[in-house]
Amino acid sequence: MAEIRLENVSYVYSEGTPYEISALDDINVCIKSGSVTGIIGHTGSGKSTLVQMLNGLVKPSAGKVLLDGEDIWEKPKEIGKIRAKVGLVMQYPEYQLFEETIRADIAFGPKNMGIDEKEIGERVLEAADFVGLAHDLLDKSPFDLSGGQKRRAAIAGIIAMRPEVLVLDEPAAGLDPSGREMIMKSIMGYKARTGATIVIVSHSMEDMAKYCDELIVLSSGKLLMSGKKEEVFGRSEELTSVGLDVPQITKMMNLLTKMGIPVSDSVYTVDDALNEIYKLL
Amino acid sequence: MKNISLGQYYPGNSAVHRADPRMKLIFSFLYIICSFLCSNILSFVLLLFSAVLLIFVSRIPMGLIMRSIKPILFILAFTVVINIFWTSGETVLFEWRFIHIYLEGVMNAIFIVLRIFVLIVGASLFLTYTTTPIALTDAIEQLFAPLKKIKIPVHEFAMMMTIALRFIPTLIDETDKIMSAQKARGADFTSGSLIKRAKALIPILIPLFVSSFRRADELATAMECRCYHGGEGRTRMSILHYRASDFVWLFIMIAFGASIIALNILSIGYSM
Repeated sequence: MAEIRLENVSYVYSEGTPYEISALDDINVCIKSGSVTGIIGHTGSGKSTLVQMLNGLVKPSAGKVLLDGEDIWEKPKEIGKIRAKVGLVMQYPEYQLFEETIRADIAFGPKNMGIDEKEIGERVLEAADFVGLAHDLLDKSPFDLSGGQKRRAAIAGIIAMRPEVLVLDEPAAGLDPSGREMIMKSIMGYKARTGATIVIVSHSMEDMAKYCDELIVLSSGKLLMSGKKEEVFGRSEELTSVGLDVPQITKMMNLLTKMGIPVSDSVYTVDDALNEIYKLL
Repeated sequence: MKNISLGQYYPGNSAVHRADPRMKLIFSFLYIICSFLCSNILSFVLLLFSAVLLIFVSRIPMGLIMRSIKPILFILAFTVVINIFWTSGETVLFEWRFIHIYLEGVMNAIFIVLRIFVLIVGASLFLTYTTTPIALTDAIEQLFAPLKKIKIPVHEFAMMMTIALRFIPTLIDETDKIMSAQKARGADFTSGSLIKRAKALIPILIPLFVSSFRRADELATAMECRCYHGGEGRTRMSILHYRASDFVWLFIMIAFGASIIALNILSIGYSM
């Protein structure tokens, strides 16, 4: 269980040159322990920079990142420990696979943590189970796997480190619907079994509505809003004004309300909408 | 990774920036020859003056130029030491046991340092700082076009250079991402013995190679989809034209070269 709090965090790229860009500007936000927090925002709104701050890959230009109340940059030499606690799956993680076998690749993280061989073996199998990789795939080369399988193998590489916070930057980007579903389910499975905090960056409002409790909305480097998913999706006009959206089903329910049909307007998943409409019958 | 400066083009609109890249390529070559022709104080003064003038005209910040000198500081220091201590001449300035320093040595050291300095300034001002890499490859392609007659694939070489230059930032970006991804998995690139650090590069290099090959493959397909089939019969979107100002540049350059030679013949003061 771990909570991450960002205090007045800013980040400037190429500081002091003509190419200076402010990627994040005075962000204050709290990622609650045990929550599933979604980060949404436009391309270039600073989402990726923000998630890379959570595990200390990017050091804020100003402000503090607190993990369970402690500044992660207090002892810069021990940032490795933070990275084991806060596991980050970057965008298109399948491009980071490098070992000869999937097994060895998943073992890379735990090995770097200095865990003994026997436990690494256990962790690899456990991680493979979490992401639904069949054990006979483990001795294959990453090149022999399909795109979705590679993606899952890469995520398993982080899960094998047993992070207390699992951060995923667009984990389902570029996958087909069944691949998306499988990835999201395995992340939720990890959460259910370990109680870890989950942070997901995604462009899919449907996924966000389905899996997240909390949402953080960024717009050109600034925090637009944060809070419970109901609160955030309740402000649909603000969201559309910055080029974001609410789930399709929410739009439909809003339309029904406008037409005078007495349904709740805070419905974010198809299943809830179905229940809501059944009530009318 | 962000502080690696490759392709040091400094955007601007000075007379040097606007000059034709082919001319600039030739100029930097001529300029280097001129700096080697210099052999006495007068011609060196002219050379130094021209370099200062060039810096002024191109409006490149001095700090940037100093940064391009930095990597060769060691070589400069080395040549100074060699020249001062190992040149023998007639006028002894300092003598102590086996160390003899002659006026000739000191002068030679000064001249060589000046020459290298001017060389770097000239080449970087005419080329890297004021010409975009793409303009430069265009210039190279057109200047070497006559070589096509002897079956040298000039266009293909230029295209390869263009693509290579185009993908340097992409590769840096990619390296950055892969490094971050491996760091997130606890990889450590900064500590340990040399062998350990070299080994730590494997998790970066393999994904980098794999993605480079994949990208090259995709690029080839994309180019073929747009009917690329080599330089044969290919027209250009931007055709380089010499303008009046380019001939002014050429005139100045010739005058400069001629004055250097003339000043050398005058042989006033110390000469090498």
